[in-house]
Amino acid sequence: MRWAFLARRLGFYLAAAAAAIGLNFLLPRLMPGDPSSAIVEELERVSGQQVPAETLMSIRAIFGNPHANLAQQFADYLRQLSHGDLGVSVVNFPVPVADLVRQALPWTLLLVGTTTVTAFAIGTLLGVVAGWKAGSRLDAILTPFTTFLSSVPYFWVALLALWIFGFVLGWTPLSGGYDADLSQGFSLAYAVSVLHHGVLPAATIVFSAFGGWLLGMRNMTVTTVREDYVLLAQAKGLSPKRVMFRYAARNAMLPSFTGFAMALGGVVGGALLTEIVFSYPGIGYLLYESLQKRDYPMMQGVFLLITLAVLLANLVADLAYVLLDPRIRARG
Amino acid sequence: MLKSWKVRFGLGVLAFFVLLAIVGPLLPLDPRANDISAISQPPSAHHLFGTTQFGQDVLAQTIAGARGSMLVGILAAAIGTLIAILVGVPAGYFGGAVDNGLNFLTNLFLVMPVLPLILIVAGYVQGTGPFVIALIIGLFGWSGGARTLRAQSLSLSSRDFVLAMRMVGEPHRRLIFFEVLPHLTGWISAMFLHGMIGGVMAEAGLAFLGITDSGSISWGTMIQAAQQQSAVLRGLWWWFVPPGLCIALIGTAATLVNFGVDEVSNPKLRQARRSVLVRARKAVEA
Repeated sequence: MRWAFLARRLGFYLAAAAAAIGLNFLLPRLMPGDPSSAIVEELERVSGQQVPAETLMSIRAIFGNPHANLAQQFADYLRQLSHGDLGVSVVNFPVPVADLVRQALPWTLLLVGTTTVTAFAIGTLLGVVAGWKAGSRLDAILTPFTTFLSSVPYFWVALLALWIFGFVLGWTPLSGGYDADLSQGFSLAYAVSVLHHGVLPAATIVFSAFGGWLLGMRNMTVTTVREDYVLLAQAKGLSPKRVMFRYAARNAMLPSFTGFAMALGGVVGGALLTEIVFSYPGIGYLLYESLQKRDYPMMQGVFLLITLAVLLANLVADLAYVLLDPRIRARG
Repeated sequence: MLKSWKVRFGLGVLAFFVLLAIVGPLLPLDPRANDISAISQPPSAHHLFGTTQFGQDVLAQTIAGARGSMLVGILAAAIGTLIAILVGVPAGYFGGAVDNGLNFLTNLFLVMPVLPLILIVAGYVQGTGPFVIALIIGLFGWSGGARTLRAQSLSLSSRDFVLAMRMVGEPHRRLIFFEVLPHLTGWISAMFLHGMIGGVMAEAGLAFLGITDSGSISWGTMIQAAQQQSAVLRGLWWWFVPPGLCIALIGTAATLVNFGVDEVSNPKLRQARRSVLVRARKAVEA
């Protein structure tokens, strides 16, 4: 039963990945405009005359020929992908998209990875406490506050924080990932600079994200607290802390846990707005820049990366669920 | 349901903003008028919410923004809810191959990262008006709702009254429209509310990324304009605080309505009132 379930899920994710790759291939070809024509138009606008045939040929060799047979284009595209080749950036010509992505990825992983884990830990812990004593003073304050918090647009919180801590108080830098005067490397000054630049973006992410975890965990805990096995554990005279965490929270955590696995998948593309507000040099900012400058190959590459990361995380979440919840195993 | 203060408060706030969106243009405030004598002014008696760096009245813009944001929110919610019904209900009702196909589609949209996807699509059709933006948001935001509706209609279609009607020989179409759908109205309206808030937030996010037409006025374009003109770095907080607060208020109101509705249908979630708790504690101690 368990294997049948796993095989079905695996099949679904393979199909989804295929759909994502197909979408990534088709989308730019269905939409008006393509990189080759954009470059040709730009060249013609600048030079004021028609692009020579050889130049046209070489542009199309690099960025693809929009008039080629669609099946041929798709075969070329797949061949490129299988080599990990995401094409060449138009704006930062001739830097490969893969290189730009490789530079930006560590920034995003560090910032969003740590904040996702922190927000999850804080939110889940507070959620258990609030749900355990539903109606207590703590619950009466925390729950409405986080409700409000989860309705505030994130980028607005970030702007506000930047204004207060960056502009009014001057505690944090206003943009970037590190001090531009310093060279990148393993020096103390550089590490301090990275921390200094990262603390405000990180704080805003944790601040706006922990509320969601809190609410979910609170409501699940409220439900499990009334279950018979919790009552039994209490009747056995186990310490309240033990009952709260080992019995109630452990079972209430299941949905939160899968949510967490998926959130980790969102880490790659999740901090889009953060990175834009703080001009942080990660994947999100890369995507934003490519959108602004209409760098199609870069848009494609970043989008594919984000999608595949999300699919992988979902698969992991599914697998974890099977291991954690015996009911799924039985049902198949 | 109206007894819950959460539902009443939430509906009140929502009604206020809907009203604002409708009557806003009738008020004697011009969101585009440039008052050259008052540029980047903090709130004052003359301009209650202050002015932008173009000398435009922030209060007038906030009111006009209500219309822009609500329009996108409502349109996106309508499109998203409609698709959710069209995909989710038949999947649950018919089951079998229909379900397999539709469920695959739903799962696919469920796992795809929506924001980057919307970004890419919106990026290709850059600088579009509210209708296209609403369409894009709706097209990518229906999957959660479809999943819920599928589960609900799956359970409905096997209940006795539907089975009985089916035996009598009622056609499927009639069964779906007159037996299944009416029982889903609660879910559907909650979904619509949810979608509306999601639409308002998504529009704000897209506007902030500079994807919507900057000529239209919404809370999102206001915040984006403030960001573009470095309002943060120049301390013009009154420019971006009101639109953000409005979005937050609407979101909170909708969440409260949902909470209230949940508590009515699931009494376990209902908080004991503090007075009851205190009385219970005293009784135990006595």
